[in-house]
Amino acid sequence: MATVGVTGGPGADQTQPAGYAGLAGGLPSSGGGITGARALRRMARAIFVNGKATTGAALLLIFIFIGLFPGLIAHDNPNAEIYKSALGPSAVHWLGTTGLGQDIFAQVIYGARPVLLIAFGAGLGATIIAMLIGVAAAYLGGAWDGVLNLITDVLLVIPAFPLLIVIASYLHGASTGVMILVVTVVSWSYTARQLRAQALSLRNRDFLEAARVRGERPIYIIVVEILPTMTSLLVASFLTNALYAVLFSSSLQFIGLGNPSVISWGTMLYWAENGEAFESGQLLWIIVPGLCIVALGAAFALLNYAFDEIGNPALRPVRSMRKDKRVKPAR
Amino acid sequence: MRFVLRRIGFFVVTLWVALTLNFALPRLMPGNPAQVAIANHRGVIPPGALKALEAQFGLDNHQNIVLQYLKYLVDVVTGKWGVSLTTQPGNSVAHVVLGALPWTVGLVGVTTVLAFILGTGIGIVSAWRRGGPLDSILPPLFVIITVVPYFFLGLVLILIFGVKLHWLPYFFTYNYTLTPGFNWTFIGNVLEHAILPGFTLLITTIGTWILTMRNNMITTLAEDYVRMARAKGLPGWRIMLDYTARNAILPNLTGFAMSLGFVVGGAILIEEVFNYQGLGWLLLQAVNNDDYPLEQALFLLITVAVLVAILLSDIATAVLDPRTRGSR
Repeated sequence: MATVGVTGGPGADQTQPAGYAGLAGGLPSSGGGITGARALRRMARAIFVNGKATTGAALLLIFIFIGLFPGLIAHDNPNAEIYKSALGPSAVHWLGTTGLGQDIFAQVIYGARPVLLIAFGAGLGATIIAMLIGVAAAYLGGAWDGVLNLITDVLLVIPAFPLLIVIASYLHGASTGVMILVVTVVSWSYTARQLRAQALSLRNRDFLEAARVRGERPIYIIVVEILPTMTSLLVASFLTNALYAVLFSSSLQFIGLGNPSVISWGTMLYWAENGEAFESGQLLWIIVPGLCIVALGAAFALLNYAFDEIGNPALRPVRSMRKDKRVKPAR
Repeated sequence: MRFVLRRIGFFVVTLWVALTLNFALPRLMPGNPAQVAIANHRGVIPPGALKALEAQFGLDNHQNIVLQYLKYLVDVVTGKWGVSLTTQPGNSVAHVVLGALPWTVGLVGVTTVLAFILGTGIGIVSAWRRGGPLDSILPPLFVIITVVPYFFLGLVLILIFGVKLHWLPYFFTYNYTLTPGFNWTFIGNVLEHAILPGFTLLITTIGTWILTMRNNMITTLAEDYVRMARAKGLPGWRIMLDYTARNAILPNLTGFAMSLGFVVGGAILIEEVFNYQGLGWLLLQAVNNDDYPLEQALFLLITVAVLVAILLSDIATAVLDPRTRGSR
């Protein structure tokens, strides 16, 4: 492989949260022979066994419910500037009102949907593009591999967040759909590199050789033989990409590069900062949407860490070390 | 040598892609953003500068796109980056950028070095005391920090230490009632203003250093020569530092070389939150004011810094670790 330090080394692009290397570096390596359905079933079971996974899944389900049915929870129109501005929390306005006289609770509830759309849209989009390019590069080999790999590497080293800012600045108020598109385009490269490495390691396995000898077409081999072995890596990549989609899009919205009239947590923070929420003592206007971003991000990260432990037992031994005295390093 | 040449080749290709993106993006985007920006600035900046700007974005229609592209490449290489539209109207982009550069390099550079030293140290100790208090607190803490957006962490710290406790200033790079000069009052004031943004940056970046160092240490601790050192009865600190850490630090060292490249564009959101007048803040000023020449120059500068750092770190790895040379 051509690049040494590029794959998210320490202190990598600080516009990506610092944990990028740590989070993605330890992605579960899927066992070669496990088929997709079995891997998925194992993951589903693991969600109930692993505490981190249960917490993450529960958080995510709550947010998905809120995103699907905001009207069941909040009764106010999040856009309506009909109340007195800057009210404190009360029975009518649980979180108070914004400086513009909107109900903060309603805004937080309605703000979940665009964030979730971006997380799932860009997370899926980036993973699918990465899958197509990474697996194609590994499977086709030769000049194709060279070209696809070069594209991946180039995109990997161009700083993602500044590039996002530049693209978004030409767009003037990116809507949710455009935001999904832009975040996807900028963020698939890391996953592509991982999937390519995984596919390369499979290339000479017997079961692929057997499929080739049987005379299967390449597309069949890729879809039926190679992809299912990558299920856990694909799921982990999706979770990582979704997490970064949340952080990237919220950051863009915070600096005013989203569509400011769409209610979402990032734009709430944008209006709150412009409305000098801290100086006027409206802490909830900033704290609550911020914590929502953190909680949604934590849901994806917890699920990812849990799969990490499930798929890669080497990362688990901290607990077993304490029990097993023999392995404890002698001092 | 072949390896280094290949890396230089990659450097050139990536640089070309970044340059081309800069050229192509404003021309590809819907609604011709450059035209809008120029219309907005008519009358504000001198007509000569406006003409130059129209030429820069291909709006004067005298040249076909290929010639524009070639002229653009020549201009960038020869340092003709155009004039900044808004921040200081009429000033050359290079001038504006140079004014902001020291602030970012000072703030982010110092913080990066600190984060590297502290993080590596903590990583060494936490791997050595595997399962100890440090090692059990760090991973969950790291999960939380990973998902906190930088700007939100900055806002929370502003709330606690600035707005509520009044301990530290959180606006601008220094108190602007002071006259900049080389005296203790001013230097102290500058340092005071750097504490909160610096601390935010430190918290967000230190985790990666800790985790990488810890994981490398754990791998290295399992090596035979470490067991040998134990068998010889060497003191623990010697095994930890001379035998294990020394061998485990290589990825962190090359990562450090690379992270210095990220200094330039590293703290965009943190500078924005604290109104710290460095390059990241400048980039967002340019974005908010449709100052495309400045924006393009900054994006290019950030990319070049990263590319140079990656090149250096690749070369450093090849020099420091002979194994990487053989595998290519």
